[in-house]
Amino acid sequence: MASEAQGAEEGGLVFHPMDQFIIKPLFGGDHIGLFTITNATLWMALAVVAVVALMVIGTRRRAIVPSRGQSIGELAYGFVYKMVEDVAGKDAIKFFPYIMTLFLFIVMANFLGLIPMSFTTTSHFAVTVVLALLVFVTVTVVGFVKNGAGFLGLFWVSSAPLPLRPILAIIEVISYFVRPVSHSIRLAGNVMAGHAVIKVFAGFAAIAVVSPVSVVAITAMYGLEVLVAFIQAYVFTILTCVYLKDALHPSH
Amino acid sequence: MEGQLAHIGAGLAAIGSGAAAIGVGNVAGNFLAGALRNPSAAASQTATLFIGIAFAEALGIFSFLVALLLMFAV
Repeated sequence: MASEAQGAEEGGLVFHPMDQFIIKPLFGGDHIGLFTITNATLWMALAVVAVVALMVIGTRRRAIVPSRGQSIGELAYGFVYKMVEDVAGKDAIKFFPYIMTLFLFIVMANFLGLIPMSFTTTSHFAVTVVLALLVFVTVTVVGFVKNGAGFLGLFWVSSAPLPLRPILAIIEVISYFVRPVSHSIRLAGNVMAGHAVIKVFAGFAAIAVVSPVSVVAITAMYGLEVLVAFIQAYVFTILTCVYLKDALHPSH
Repeated sequence: MEGQLAHIGAGLAAIGSGAAAIGVGNVAGNFLAGALRNPSAAASQTATLFIGIAFAEALGIFSFLVALLLMFAV
């Protein structure tokens, strides 16, 4: 990594585009232990508070003519419910609370991260890897509990010619274990890359000649990031549904 | 010297992002071509579209990860 001092000497960027992802303790000190309250803790807690505000307080009145908050809550509920039903099947409905929680937490963390000067928790691999590993473990356990050894049929492609099956089995096993990697890195990578690009354009805004272009580019990228924030939460959730479908019906 | 080589490697790894872009464009373009021929079936296939895009994108994300590792971890 190029040192900041060197960049300033050469008239480069005033700040490093990755500086926004630094985790700092909120209440002074430099040491970050297991229970230190950092900005990551704060913004994750805010995401949970936002979910609670939307789903509990927003829908508390249960009005027949819904308020704005209640409309959004009902829309999100219906959206995720339909997704679970369509992609994972009717018998996956009992996992709906888990998938709904995942979707709302990720979407709220992504949107809160778009507030200027805020901290994006989902841009950290540590956060998304935990989410993805939880999905991976859940899906594997559900697969074995539901189907017993029959779950291993997921790796034995019975529709392929017999000589090909062992080779396909190896590929299937590898792709199964790569799932949590791609699942988590897709979310963190997209969010982090988008925010870093905005910061890079923000660095160009200091140069007078290109600053109008830069401001337009930041605005356009921000609009794209709002879209990406939602789509990545959607993709994370829908992939969870796909994995769940594999666990419930492992036959190819 | 080794650090500079790592930066060159990171730049080479960025080619993977371009390849993933071709893949994602292929998926979305073919979806659009199909959707315009039979618009009534398009709405039911958006989930498939996003799953396809996600899988195509995954490998681009891997190359991005390799670039990050070369930049900051090597």
